[in-house]
Amino acid sequence: MTSPGFAKYAWVVAALPIASAGLTLFFGKRTPGRGWIYGVLTVGAGFVLSLLVLWHFVQGGGVYASSVDWFRVGPLRFEIGQYVDGLTAVMLIVVTTVSLCVHVYSIGYMHGDQRFTWFYVVLSIFTFAMLTVVVSDNLFQLLVGWEIMGICSYLLIGHWWEEHVNSSAAIKAFITTKTGDVPFLFGIFVLVVATGTTNIHQIGELVGAGDLSRGVVSAAALLLFGGAIGKSAQFPLHVWLPDAMQGPTPVSALIHAATMVAAGVYLVGRLFEVCVHADPWVLQVVGIVGGITALGAALLGLVQDDIKRVLAYSTISQLAYMVSLMSAGPAGRNAAFFHLFTHAFFKALLFLGSGAVIHAVHSNNMSEMGGLRKPMPITFWTFVIGSAALAGIPPLAGFWSKDELLASASKGHEVVFVVLLLTALVTAFYTTRMVMLTFFGEYRGHGHPHEAPASMTGPLVALAAGTVGVGFLGASFAHAVFFKWVFFEEPEAIRFVPWVAALSTGAALLGVLVGVAVYGRARERDPMLAMGPFTTLLVRKYFMDDLYMKGIVLPVRDKVSAFVYWTNQNVLDGIVNGAARLARWFSRGVNGFDRTVVDGAVNGVAQTAGFTGGLLRYLQSGNVQRYAALLFAGVVVLAVIFTRV
Amino acid sequence: MSGWERSAISIATFLPLVGAVVIAFVPKEKERAVRSLGILFTGAALAVAVAIAIGFDYGSGGGLQFELDTRWIPVIGARYHVGIDGISLPLYVLTFLLSFLCAVYTWRFVPEPGKTKAFLALQLLLETGMAGTFIAFDLVLFFIFWELVLVPMYFLIGIWGSANREYAAIKFFLYTLFGSVFMLLGFLGMYFRADPHTFDILKLQAVGSSGGFSHTFQLVAFAGVFLGFAIKVPMWPFHTWLPDAHTEAPTVGSVLLAGILLKMGTYGFVRIALPVLPYAAQKYAPWIGLLAAIAIVYAALACLAQRDLKRLIAFSSVGHMGFVMLGIATLTPIGINAAIFGMVAHGLITGMLFFCVGSVYDRYHTRQIADLGGGLMQKLPYLGGVFAFVAIASLGLPGLAGFWGEVMALLSSYNPAGVLNTGLFRGFMVAGGVGTVLTAGYFLWMLQRVNMGTVPEKWKEAALPDVLAVEWVSWVPLLIGIVALGVFPRIVFGVTDGAVRGLMHLFGG
Repeated sequence: MTSPGFAKYAWVVAALPIASAGLTLFFGKRTPGRGWIYGVLTVGAGFVLSLLVLWHFVQGGGVYASSVDWFRVGPLRFEIGQYVDGLTAVMLIVVTTVSLCVHVYSIGYMHGDQRFTWFYVVLSIFTFAMLTVVVSDNLFQLLVGWEIMGICSYLLIGHWWEEHVNSSAAIKAFITTKTGDVPFLFGIFVLVVATGTTNIHQIGELVGAGDLSRGVVSAAALLLFGGAIGKSAQFPLHVWLPDAMQGPTPVSALIHAATMVAAGVYLVGRLFEVCVHADPWVLQVVGIVGGITALGAALLGLVQDDIKRVLAYSTISQLAYMVSLMSAGPAGRNAAFFHLFTHAFFKALLFLGSGAVIHAVHSNNMSEMGGLRKPMPITFWTFVIGSAALAGIPPLAGFWSKDELLASASKGHEVVFVVLLLTALVTAFYTTRMVMLTFFGEYRGHGHPHEAPASMTGPLVALAAGTVGVGFLGASFAHAVFFKWVFFEEPEAIRFVPWVAALSTGAALLGVLVGVAVYGRARERDPMLAMGPFTTLLVRKYFMDDLYMKGIVLPVRDKVSAFVYWTNQNVLDGIVNGAARLARWFSRGVNGFDRTVVDGAVNGVAQTAGFTGGLLRYLQSGNVQRYAALLFAGVVVLAVIFTRV
Repeated sequence: MSGWERSAISIATFLPLVGAVVIAFVPKEKERAVRSLGILFTGAALAVAVAIAIGFDYGSGGGLQFELDTRWIPVIGARYHVGIDGISLPLYVLTFLLSFLCAVYTWRFVPEPGKTKAFLALQLLLETGMAGTFIAFDLVLFFIFWELVLVPMYFLIGIWGSANREYAAIKFFLYTLFGSVFMLLGFLGMYFRADPHTFDILKLQAVGSSGGFSHTFQLVAFAGVFLGFAIKVPMWPFHTWLPDAHTEAPTVGSVLLAGILLKMGTYGFVRIALPVLPYAAQKYAPWIGLLAAIAIVYAALACLAQRDLKRLIAFSSVGHMGFVMLGIATLTPIGINAAIFGMVAHGLITGMLFFCVGSVYDRYHTRQIADLGGGLMQKLPYLGGVFAFVAIASLGLPGLAGFWGEVMALLSSYNPAGVLNTGLFRGFMVAGGVGTVLTAGYFLWMLQRVNMGTVPEKWKEAALPDVLAVEWVSWVPLLIGIVALGVFPRIVFGVTDGAVRGLMHLFGG
């Protein structure tokens, strides 16, 4: 085995941001920039270190794993550790790149925000949590990072908590993902109890060796997938992500586009052994969920006016591409990871671009935008690059990864293939619609939009460069180096399939052309909003929010809880108070001391609860002590009888 | 054995009692002196407790340390047998920590109607009772400490409580007394059934684990002690005294009630009920698990219906203690470790929550969520921030103390002891999982209504102080503890695990 090189220090990348969080929290306000400096420096250092870690694998270095004891409970040992392979390295690059861009971008975007410093604290904690998930070698450490990401997401979505709609969105996000996290937790239990270890790779080996029954593996896979559904916003738990757009836009770029939401996909990939060895129907469920989500979310993207919501639905849809391909075996997994990698770049780019636009026009609504390509050239061109990548136009990143996905789906997963191809068409169309409404035509908003400051355009340019470049890493003419880094073996033949590439490019171009044709000229009314019941269905989000809200949340919160509390006050406490009343009635008729011992005890039991009305009298009269004495006298005698039984 | 080792835990336990007596002799007018003495004695007791924790041999596994076993009341065979092991130690130290912090808090906050002297003397008396419960290894001694706790808490609620205090105080007193009567019955049964008769807990454990108690006897005796412990915890459906007691109690009363008193019940299960009556424990465990699972969901739902902030926190305690009891009911090392961890974490977190609510009430003179009307984080950013942090800790965020007890209890419930019905306990686990979602729901909703939003018109002009120095002093140790236990669960598990394994060995698990 080669020397571990910098792979040894992957954990440092994760540890740096938590140091930053502490420094920013306690000293941030005293620094000149009110606290961005620590985050930018540590994540920047982390990015450089991540490059060195990746370099280790580019040179063909081997996996590095290490851990220290954390604690023991009964038969279980818990560790804190790192498992560093090519996938880890690539994820480190993704997270630090986007996080660094967002840290820099936010200097401008959040300028003047009253909780600027706090924003950077949470941003750093989030980065720490995501990196913890990435380097983790065991399930519990992963779970810790996983849930801390959730709370950071909550805090950042609700960053402007003065507005009720923002705090509601934050709660919705947390509760919805938590709903997925519960089965996720149970899935961890299944694996940990079945294998006796929390180590992901030992679990993988044991599962691979067939040590676990198929039923156990299937249950674990399905339960773990629940966590992925929540975190990666898949049907039917996708509803939180569009609302999460209430958070500041840099947050949307980092958490709700590039990193946290991809964690679900990462998880499925990391525990792939478990998925592969589950019953085939489990993988089918994964494929079906992915397929439904991909197309369903893309269609919802058609009718949005809020530019960030377009991007949110597109994120859901693109994540679903990855999820659905997890069902297509190792080749699908590789392709899915490649898409995760490229998507992080172009989707972060698009979000940050939309942020620049929102910053300029002070509105999220595309109906108040238009014609922005002239005042905002850098934003425009980088946005177009990102959009083209999203639409899958060659030779940008999205094309290559989407092509890999489709190519691997084309072999034996025809239904998935067709759905994804259709989704590609819809994606190209809504992306074009978004670009046209935002940057072309006449300006429909107020004031005079201007280009964003350098701290914001800089990250845009950097991510645009990435969007152009990273796709080639997976291109077969470039020897698909990505797959060599990530899996240390000849990638299972996902070769460039010409007819697939032609079809997907054709679908993308068709979508773009139709989009340009429809939105190329000003219209009184958006045709997407004039499709009758279909429009209603989409605008109401398939009525799922209504279903959850009116069918579950509100009834539980208002009705069920009230009923439960009513039973508490009237049934459970009623019995207590009733016993008291009975006792008082009884004791009035019976002179307690005259009765037999057993009666005395019964009496005492009843009097124990004797506390309705006239309570002050009890407290003052010393009756409490008398009853207590009576009780004890009864008890001692009872005890004697009892032990002779 | 050195004199220090024989006497250390007795010194720590009775120092507060000495303090109470000393304070009784200080003239009423010398308020400052009274308050200083309160801090001094609780502080000295805490120092001794810390010294005990430092001197504790963590590598020794299960055995008793700092043990003292001497004649006490020969005529009934009761001995002064005290000692400490890995199960007691965390709760013991927590007792002194919280009592000290409460004394510090009292430096500034003495609720109506004043009477600082009595207020502090009762706190000190309470401290001795609570601490003693966790070190007593003789049933009579245990019972005396147990009952000793009732009296000061009764007066703390009854005199310094809010509007409906008499009802709450009497309900608390008589309900718990009702339970302890049956507990005593169980104890007496154990005494008479053991051959030779003994009140010694270790000897009774030996008798129990070697099958010295008949099955029928165990079932009856367990029912008795169950009632005593279950009311104290309190387990559903015996919990209805708790919301009233908490709502009416003064802040430090609530902190100590939630922080320590409730743990006496769960501790009783672990220390006495399970090891002395193992057969009955196995028979009752499914029912205990069922009540625990109900408690988790029921309390969470009840929390959603609360309009009074303090009552909400009180109900949340019922749910959290449900997780503790679920861990115990699994009869596994993981479950019991989880239970003790959960007790300590709940002591830190819920103690802290009651401090926060007390301080909110001190500023606003209302605890009604609707009256507070939101915007706490705008009006009082530090108080709001601390409150949010602790609420998030309470909903079980990993990295903070509330997580490990909960998640390990659920884990043990997935895989309970061999004699128990696995499917049934997995059902309880699912209920617990639903409970965690509901718990997140009511806490976040609470934060939305209290912390977030803008300051209502009526509070805009009010000059309300943010967190005061004395509050920081009494809170920071808890806040540090919440983080420390979350990041280094070994702080508790490392102490408890050996003792729990020893106990399970006794238990035959």
